[in-house]
Amino acid sequence: MFMHLAQTAKPKIETANKPLLNLSRRGFVGAGTGLALAVTLGACSQNKPETLAQAAAPIPDNSNIDIGPLVLISIAADGRTQITNPRSEMGQQVITTVAQMIADELDVPWDDLFIKQAVGDKKYGDQNTDGSTSVRNHFDRFRMAGASMRQMLTQAAANEWGVDISECTSELGVITHSSGKTLTYGDVSEAAGKLDVPAEDTVTLKTRSQWRYIGKDKPSYTISDVIRGKGTFGIDVRVPDMLYAVIARPPALFGKVKSLDDTAALAVPGVTQVVKMKEPEGEAPGFQQLGGVAVIATDTWAAIQGREALKIEWDAGPHKNYNSKTYAQELMATARQPGENKFKRGDVTKALSSAETMISADYYAAHLSQSPMEPPAATAQWTGDNVEIWACTQNPQAAQSTVAQICGVPDENVTVHVTLLGGGFGRKSKPDFVVEAALLAREVGKPVKVTWTREDDIKHGYFHSVSAQHMKGGLDKDGNVTAVLHRTVFPSINSTFGPSDQGSDFELSLGATDNPWNVPNMAVEVGKANSHIRIGWLRSVANVYHVFANQSFAAELAHAAGKDPKAFLMDIIGPDRIIDFSKDGVTYPNYGASLDEHPVDTKRLKAVLDKAATMAKWGRDVPKGHGLGIAVHRSFLAYVATAIEVAVDADGNISFPGIWSAVDAGTVVSPDNTKSQIEGGTLFGISNALYGEITATNGAVDQSNFPDWRVMRMAEAPHVFETHIMESEAPPAGVGEPGTPPAAPALANAIFAATGQRLRAMPLLGQNDRLDMSKVGEG
Amino acid sequence: MAITLKINGKNENVTAAEGTPLLWVLRDHLGMTGTKFGCGVAQCGACTVHVDGTPIRSCITAHEDVEDSDIVTIEGASGKVADAIRGAWEELAVPQCGYCQAGQIMSATALLVTNKSPSDDDIDAAMSGNICRCATYVRIRKAIKEAAKAVY
Ligand code: FES
Ligand code: FES
Repeated sequence: MFMHLAQTAKPKIETANKPLLNLSRRGFVGAGTGLALAVTLGACSQNKPETLAQAAAPIPDNSNIDIGPLVLISIAADGRTQITNPRSEMGQQVITTVAQMIADELDVPWDDLFIKQAVGDKKYGDQNTDGSTSVRNHFDRFRMAGASMRQMLTQAAANEWGVDISECTSELGVITHSSGKTLTYGDVSEAAGKLDVPAEDTVTLKTRSQWRYIGKDKPSYTISDVIRGKGTFGIDVRVPDMLYAVIARPPALFGKVKSLDDTAALAVPGVTQVVKMKEPEGEAPGFQQLGGVAVIATDTWAAIQGREALKIEWDAGPHKNYNSKTYAQELMATARQPGENKFKRGDVTKALSSAETMISADYYAAHLSQSPMEPPAATAQWTGDNVEIWACTQNPQAAQSTVAQICGVPDENVTVHVTLLGGGFGRKSKPDFVVEAALLAREVGKPVKVTWTREDDIKHGYFHSVSAQHMKGGLDKDGNVTAVLHRTVFPSINSTFGPSDQGSDFELSLGATDNPWNVPNMAVEVGKANSHIRIGWLRSVANVYHVFANQSFAAELAHAAGKDPKAFLMDIIGPDRIIDFSKDGVTYPNYGASLDEHPVDTKRLKAVLDKAATMAKWGRDVPKGHGLGIAVHRSFLAYVATAIEVAVDADGNISFPGIWSAVDAGTVVSPDNTKSQIEGGTLFGISNALYGEITATNGAVDQSNFPDWRVMRMAEAPHVFETHIMESEAPPAGVGEPGTPPAAPALANAIFAATGQRLRAMPLLGQNDRLDMSKVGEG
Repeated sequence: MAITLKINGKNENVTAAEGTPLLWVLRDHLGMTGTKFGCGVAQCGACTVHVDGTPIRSCITAHEDVEDSDIVTIEGASGKVADAIRGAWEELAVPQCGYCQAGQIMSATALLVTNKSPSDDDIDAAMSGNICRCATYVRIRKAIKEAAKAVY
């Protein structure tokens, strides 16, 4: 089989290093015996497919090829095709999607495909699986890799026949000459591997109508394993002689161990060692380990028991005065003061003062934890100055370079194997847990797996930022909006990496400075905020709080104007147009994409809004206690509108008779999977909106596990969830994150429609299980 | 403490400290990593296995307490109900990351063995101990109903 398995001399990896999957579920019978592999996977000796490589021609140095075909595709003499997936699989079915893009252009039978997971290596180009980028940023490159390889194979056949390539066609792994003679891809793969990779402008991509796999639902590559308990996640990795570690980390950021008594811990059966962790350096945590004390044991449970028995006195560190309650009040006070202008159109101050009606509202959203179902876990094994790592990481190259830097070895000494991820949501793009494993394995002199318990995950995360926002709006006598002011204050993600006392332009562009409203006087301002815990990105990032505020406020303005919220939203978005935010003084990053390819198009925004409203039968009579809410937003280049029907009973219990979502993500590679991501993204947003709150006392996070960090469960899930994908030939947009932003405001708007209560602070339920019905009717 | 556990019809000799939860015996001692760790405090259901046919949370079950029982894990779940559940899970593409799904399948299988046609309320009651952070709940609910139809 691919990758180094039991038959190799290398350390036997029982699970993590198996081929992630095998599409047809056929084994590689006889693999390694006489395979003539032509095109190999490039020079990554740590992870090369041993059995194939043994039979292979010398490995070409492909490092100058940016996601060229040679690093992504190899074809054996018998036609089996291996695709190397460079992206991290965390539930978005990226393995399947990448295979769809490459195999379509390569034109091979789906059942001939085998997938190998790439290690972290620059030669694969960008591997950071974050920002909903796997399709939107790599659609052309993955297709180009498949098409280039197809052209090389066809050229090799033409050479063998001594004919011109124009006389040859290829389909499903077979090359045919106009005379009728044929060769398979396998027949010519060795010769093809010796050809130069063709220049991109000589390669023709398929037309849409020729697509075989793109835009079709292909079965998930991982499903067959995961429903049998077979997939290998980071926490499942096992290496012979491995020890298990859990770590007691300082309660507050940059806290230190003042004194340690490990006598009782060492007496716990199974505990072999107690190790003081290297402390993080500098003032910004970055991706460093957090320090603390590790307990090493012969199984995870013994390590957990050993940690319980540690007696540690902590030096609380520089953030010991952080109390999230006081901090929230400070944020709110800042939001009520003028901040630095980041978007300026017309004269908001003047327009507000001359408005017929002026309303204002304060919004708050608490810190959140990503809490992927699989907590962070990583395994490391050193051989001399080289370390091999297996981890559920969203960003293997960052893991590689951070480990190299902190351990003081060159990048090439660090091999990061990417396992399946039991969810990521942004948490696993920060490789602090990988660094911990590497440090401990070196210290202990044996392979070590670090497992984060749920308490560790919730207490020591990279938290989604807390925020306070203040909005003001002016209406004229006909209920038209004349002015909108949006002030936002939140500690920035940048604070994790260096000095920062204010939200960044990038974060502001997520839901604040990208406001598409056609209002003559508008301003966005940002205020100062320092951070005291690690801030990190979480699914859809700053869109969560910004869109909660301004899509709630749109409904509040509609209410003040006495208009239907959906019709009102259509109105303030205004006429069909392409928006240029630079006119309002905004340098708009557009999620890293070009505005020519991905313009901000109000026509598409209104189309999804209309569609979601139609799906929800907007305007219908709903039973007493029910309410419909709606919100729309463009994020990660995709347009999503969501309508939510809530039912609130007399006791304040909330349920969801239905949720309807319309998404325009441009060209969609994998339709049902896109729907699945919109469902998941929406419910993730609702779960956080209803219950999500991380608080801190004296710098330490108060919550610890699912009892006090509450997430949505089956009984709270909607009974109907319909997603509509808009037909589009626009370039692909993201789908993993865009479902989340409209969820919270659509929910708050629905609760208002049902009860007359306008909830402006997330979590919407506060510390309660249900809505406080004494406040019904209080706008 | 050396004891013998009967797991998926096979006797397994285990030496683990007294009180070690079945979850860690399965995962760390026996290498059966299909059963997952999600919380350790019986709150998420990722660690669900069957003990004498009943779904339990293996993270809070001391392994010595199930010495004389029939233990079935995701790796060994079989029979017409488990097959129907898996079939429906594939048909409706239920899993996203898949991490919670072993637990979901063990809970759903136990439900369908005793309840031929579960209502939404029955599903809520049986499945609310299983968290899915990817929030595949809508598909799980549908798949349980599909599986019920397929098997009965
Ligand atoms: S790990 Fe046992 S219920 Fe969560
Ligand atoms: S599928 Fe990811 S947690 Fe359920």
